[in-house]
Amino acid sequence: MTEANSKPEGNLKSGSALERTYASGQFVVTGEIGPPKESSFHHVEMYGQGMKGRVDSVNFTDNQTAVTRLSSWAASVKLVQMGMEPNLQVVCRDRNRLAIQSDLLGAYALGVRNVLCLTGDHQAFGNHPGCKGVYDVDSIQLIGILKRLRDEGCFECGEECKHNPKFFIGCAANPFADPFEFRVVRLEKKIEAGADFVQTQCILDMERFERFMELVRERGLHKRIYLAPGLMPVKSPKMARYMQHGVPGMIVSEEFCQFLEKAPNGKIAALDLTVNYIKHVQQIEGVSGCHIMAVAWEEVVPLILTKAGVLPRPFAAFHDNPGVITDELKALWKKSGVEGYVPELM
Amino acid sequence: MIVAEGKPVEKILEMIAPYKKVLIAGCRGCVTVCLTGGEKEVGILASQIRMARSKDGNPIEVLEQTEERQCDAEYNAKFLENVGKVDAIMSLACGIGIQYLGEKYPLTPIYPGVNTLMLGANIDVGKWEERCFACGDCVLDKTGGICPIARCSKSLLNGPCGGSQNGKCEVSAPTKEDVSCGWQLIYDRLVALGQVDKLKEVIPAKNWLRAKGPRTYVREDLTLDRS
Repeated sequence: MTEANSKPEGNLKSGSALERTYASGQFVVTGEIGPPKESSFHHVEMYGQGMKGRVDSVNFTDNQTAVTRLSSWAASVKLVQMGMEPNLQVVCRDRNRLAIQSDLLGAYALGVRNVLCLTGDHQAFGNHPGCKGVYDVDSIQLIGILKRLRDEGCFECGEECKHNPKFFIGCAANPFADPFEFRVVRLEKKIEAGADFVQTQCILDMERFERFMELVRERGLHKRIYLAPGLMPVKSPKMARYMQHGVPGMIVSEEFCQFLEKAPNGKIAALDLTVNYIKHVQQIEGVSGCHIMAVAWEEVVPLILTKAGVLPRPFAAFHDNPGVITDELKALWKKSGVEGYVPELM
Repeated sequence: MIVAEGKPVEKILEMIAPYKKVLIAGCRGCVTVCLTGGEKEVGILASQIRMARSKDGNPIEVLEQTEERQCDAEYNAKFLENVGKVDAIMSLACGIGIQYLGEKYPLTPIYPGVNTLMLGANIDVGKWEERCFACGDCVLDKTGGICPIARCSKSLLNGPCGGSQNGKCEVSAPTKEDVSCGWQLIYDRLVALGQVDKLKEVIPAKNWLRAKGPRTYVREDLTLDRS
């Protein structure tokens, strides 16, 4: 942790636990839950419990891959009601500036403090490919809108907003997209627009991420923003190969795929790899935290974080309910040789 | 130019099914250049319609006429005689021409024989690509002469999203089309021009009011005093 990443407590922008953890200079850990394709909070409660007290904030994706899901703001509010802190993802694909500002006023009033501004996957990927994409503003403009709302108390149009929302403003960066050299310039633009923290696309090619971090440090960007690489426990070698060839804007190293393919127990290997990555990125100058994206495998997050030794979290009361417990998960806990937080499973 | 594609003949036959006498109206403007609605295409479509209807034992009389432009009242006046003779008009002009000809003859039904696609350029034989969105507020000065509104799938103004890879836009996969990333093109052009620093500028939210219709353009210096 570099000194530049510590910011005085008295100078907080939102006061969220996520911001306080970053400001305290401690390594931040965040999780992620993809809301379900149904009108129920069951999924949010189930995986949320497992992350309670184990992460500083939980991202809720906003109709990820352009598939209609339970709204990210509703899921975020549910998490607030569970005594946890959400990070509300907002994409520019589905709403114009009028609707986004309106939703965020409501979300803030209901206790949401962190927002992650994203462009959004193109609607052609999703389950309503013929729908009209909005893209009224782009992610950088959205960051600027939230900053102005927070710091100047006015809407995008310039009108005053009384009781203005004071969000901790996040953005994404993808070190694996092209043009590679422009990626840091784009991050700098996001910082200029007002981003306080950045989460990257999931890192499945550590070498490329390290090159990206070199460029980040060259421009001194790590001193202006809290940066957390996205880390994904990849459930199967098949999924790794799919991501290597089938997901745009992703680079999955051959080494990564082969490691999972050759491992006698792919799932243990995937967990170990994620744990190693968590430990590794803590050593990289300019990295202030990590974001665990256990897509379709949310239940393993407690195990990963226990094993990585990043518990307990500083501003979230630890909770020993591990959330989902399946036979497979019990077996993984046993095989991983981790003791402690979930003794009833041992 | 305005680029259009012909509608399938079956669709056209369906639209004119109730009629016994129609006029196929062509245009010598953009649709002639993109080989969709000129004199030649009017002739081909007229023959197809006659043959199909004869085969069905329901013959139809088809008149053919092509004028300079259907987006011009003066040229549309020339259709007067033929319009008087028919039950309906099938226009092969762009969406502007179809509507403007229809306005001239409001008591005769008019139908579209084409789908108007884009403001594009003919980049190769038989291949057209969109270049302009007519958004009403040109930003080409900031983007190396390449339009992010028309050529980025998301009309982004501040650089490529995370879906740009190897010069291709992320929509290439789901649409199974080879779509270039407009922002990669912009980046490459600005690098070549030594102007890549232009991309550091944060461009604020766009005023889409100018991009959204119905729009009107009035030039006071050209309008006539009708008082």
